[in-house]
Amino acid sequence: MKYVDEYRDAELGRVLASEIVATVVPGRHYKIMEVCGGHTHTIYKHGVDDLLPENVELVHGPGCPVCVIPMGRVDDGIAIARRQEVILTCFGDMMRVPGGSGSFLEAKAENADIRMVYSPLDALRIARENPDREVVFFAVGFETTAPSTALTLKRAKADGVPNFTVVSNHVTIVPPLRALLESPDLRLDGFIGPGHVSTVVGARPFEFIPADYNRPVVISGFEPLDLLQSVHMVLAQLAEGRCEVENQYSRVVPYEGNPAALAVLREVFELRPHFEWRGLGFISHSGLKLSEAYRDYDAELRFDVPGVRVADPKACQCGEVLKGVIKPWECKVFGTACTPERPIGTCMVSSEGACAAYYNYGRFAREREVV
Amino acid sequence: MCLAIPGQVMEIVDEEHNLARVDVAGVRRNVNVGLLVGDGNDVRAGDWVLIHVGFALSKVDEEEAHATLALLKQLGEAYESELEELKASIIE
Ligand code: SF4
Repeated sequence: MKYVDEYRDAELGRVLASEIVATVVPGRHYKIMEVCGGHTHTIYKHGVDDLLPENVELVHGPGCPVCVIPMGRVDDGIAIARRQEVILTCFGDMMRVPGGSGSFLEAKAENADIRMVYSPLDALRIARENPDREVVFFAVGFETTAPSTALTLKRAKADGVPNFTVVSNHVTIVPPLRALLESPDLRLDGFIGPGHVSTVVGARPFEFIPADYNRPVVISGFEPLDLLQSVHMVLAQLAEGRCEVENQYSRVVPYEGNPAALAVLREVFELRPHFEWRGLGFISHSGLKLSEAYRDYDAELRFDVPGVRVADPKACQCGEVLKGVIKPWECKVFGTACTPERPIGTCMVSSEGACAAYYNYGRFAREREVV
Repeated sequence: MCLAIPGQVMEIVDEEHNLARVDVAGVRRNVNVGLLVGDGNDVRAGDWVLIHVGFALSKVDEEEAHATLALLKQLGEAYESELEELKASIIE
């Protein structure tokens, strides 16, 4: 129990770890997916999986919004950024995401005006400060982030800022989970539900998992103790033959979500018929585009974008990592051709990505020794 | 951008546009609290909120805020760079 002494309450950590041991059936293998990249980060950083018995395996899910952006969308962003009149703005995490023809960082080095922003509201301010330029915000994120883009667009419309538009790459959390549950190569016993997404959508949207697929879901906080407790709650449901959505993070996540955020999402966005996810392919009704009322603010309508689908590089196994089929270190280029400095795949880019989290905490060396 | 960092509301600076001045680990910046208004439970000075890309996502109690901050500090680089990005932010 190398790490547990660093936990907020080491004693509770030990108790939870031994309760987990007492809950599992020896000889049965348990596969539990943590959906959110933030959870993946905590698990590696704090060695949560080291406290679990050998037959409880945590697999990492598709909940890193930067990791799921397909190459073609990056290329579309670069095509817009190369226009003389355009300032393209994006979150820092997007800068190194590889597209078919380079990343935003590389395009910036070739004189495209691409600027990192902390918030979509910073992008809107840049638009006000540069009335003679077109300021485009390259938006990414799940339902956690989409309401921020939506409120920014409401403000732009209310104030009539004519030179501000958005490329929406916002995605929704439920469709990829359904796709994973339908996929035959993955057998999962339960889910650790995402914490921050759920502050917006609530716990209710996850009810289809127990209802249609007979798997427990526990929405979890981000501390190592939260994750240990959530793993225990999933295992307890399995042991007792229960199957429901439980909310371990109720101190932050209301079961019904955030009504103001949900309302602004409905007003500003509508579902795309389908959207491509890196490694997962096209998933229907999984992406958000600007609604009819906001079409004047849609960068994909204002500018010509290539909109070409670019296949992932052959060496890249991000799809398998995002589906939890392989562990990051099982990818052939992991840590050699693909590193956070020079990523081939997206999972290596964001600190929330499973490959980057593994790499940054030096976990791969240890795992390889064991195998 | 994936992080949500706790901050304490100092004052509401622009009622019309739902902007509040918050203190995040000593960094004072404006954020939008528009996602937390309208449920009769409006944000006030002294409240702790979780902040994500310049927007307050939810209210948290003080103990939760401190625990989350302690956890984030242990993240090291990811947290440092998020704070740097926040420092560069000017929301008006
Ligand atoms: S090591 Fe790189 S290419 Fe392989 S799965 Fe991870 S991010 Fe993708």
